[in-house]
Amino acid sequence: MASATRLSVRNIHKSFGTHEVLRGISLDAHDGDVISLLGASGSGKSTFLRCINLLEVADRGEIVVDGERIEMVTKNGRNVPASRKQVDRIRAELGMVFQSFNLWSHMTILDNVIEGPLHVLKRPRAECIAEAEALLEKVGIAEKRHAYPAHLSGGQQQRAAIARALAMKPKVMLFDEPTSALDPELVGEVLRVMRSLAEEGMTMLVVTHEMSFARNVSNRVIFMRSGEIDSDGTPEELFGKGGSPAFRQFIGTFGS
Amino acid sequence: MDIPFLFQTMKTLLAAVPMTLALFSLSVLFGGLLALLVVWMRVGGNPVLSRFARGYIFVFRGSPLLIQMFLVFYGLGQFGFIRHSFVWPALREPFVCAVLSLALCTAGYTAEIFRFGLRAVPPREIEAARAIGMSGFLLVRRIIAPIAFRHALPAYSTEIVMMVKSTALASLVTVWEVTGVAQRLISQTYRTMEVFLCAAIIYLVLNFLILQAMALLEHRLSPHRRAAAPLVPGSLPVSR
Repeated sequence: MASATRLSVRNIHKSFGTHEVLRGISLDAHDGDVISLLGASGSGKSTFLRCINLLEVADRGEIVVDGERIEMVTKNGRNVPASRKQVDRIRAELGMVFQSFNLWSHMTILDNVIEGPLHVLKRPRAECIAEAEALLEKVGIAEKRHAYPAHLSGGQQQRAAIARALAMKPKVMLFDEPTSALDPELVGEVLRVMRSLAEEGMTMLVVTHEMSFARNVSNRVIFMRSGEIDSDGTPEELFGKGGSPAFRQFIGTFGS
Repeated sequence: MDIPFLFQTMKTLLAAVPMTLALFSLSVLFGGLLALLVVWMRVGGNPVLSRFARGYIFVFRGSPLLIQMFLVFYGLGQFGFIRHSFVWPALREPFVCAVLSLALCTAGYTAEIFRFGLRAVPPREIEAARAIGMSGFLLVRRIIAPIAFRHALPAYSTEIVMMVKSTALASLVTVWEVTGVAQRLISQTYRTMEVFLCAAIIYLVLNFLILQAMALLEHRLSPHRRAAAPLVPGSLPVSR
């Protein structure tokens, strides 16, 4: 039996003004899938990721998270979510990691991590703290739990942001270029955390420029070009002989 | 120098300090609440409310507080519907009029201060909150307001100090606060210099204490803007 479908996206379209950024993207992520989304800047991969948790609202298309379809209605000619409550609930089930971390600067690292479970999920404080400390231990910054984001390196901040997302016990993790804002020497520590998550069976969608991650950690690679899926397959297929000419040219620019 | 006179004057003026503090604290409290309402109308997205809030801010920042106070104190009684309404017993009181006009005026300034605080909230941090499922009041209460308030605090301290000084105007609508009592003493003794000097010292001390408290609050709310705390014994050394 095939494993459960955690995320199913059908025919997503999105335009900014007259510029059509996404031209009908569909994707299914099953339990434990680690999908790398590759593409040149402007290919729509970040917009696509942001459409999944409705930070951007797609003009058309369907999103189903763990069997629950996000209800949309048309209001003043625009496609909008029907229920804010449902959007909040779905977002709570999708962990998002941003390119520039986006930690809450006025809170300590521990407070950043417990914020969601405590105030969104309304769970008991003691439990939230215990779990947050375990997560910070896991991402290797337990000793920084009382520090503020500004006092951490970029790599530490991104690991804290991953812990913050994991604290919500998400069904799918979305990573939006998680290492692009980091100094080269700090990329490895973040990738190691993501790799161990993948090995634990977390379902992950990763927009990235890290070819080694796409190749060695993910079980599926999607290459986007001009708002469409150009190539879709296992890393072996794409990095082997199956990649399209455009994909070959793209990875060529990375010198791999 | 007439030490006994200064001592006596100080004693008389200090007896009026509770009135000054009452004017100040009530108008800051009600003005602050009103400012929240005004800033909510201003940025809430409804064009009609937003225009109303703009107009409110313009009127109360653009006209002299003294004239606003005279309009409330002498002006409102000319309207029959106000004189015959249930609020009239309150509005007849000079103290109520003074608090009302001080609060209305500071609300205009404070709304702008809060609005600038809101604009300083990084959109990325709001987005991160939305991404974990926050919205509406929870988002405002947990993320937007705490960050905005921190940004607004320095300007808000200035506004609060202005309010302490503005309570002096209440003397002109016959509220016996520090300045009013000082003027009464002068009309009895004709010793302008000593009496006003004592009054000025009282305002300076009040504002000194208020500014200290605000600085303390600002310090407590901004550990994230200072360098990392020195290592406490038992903690791990900083990596890198």
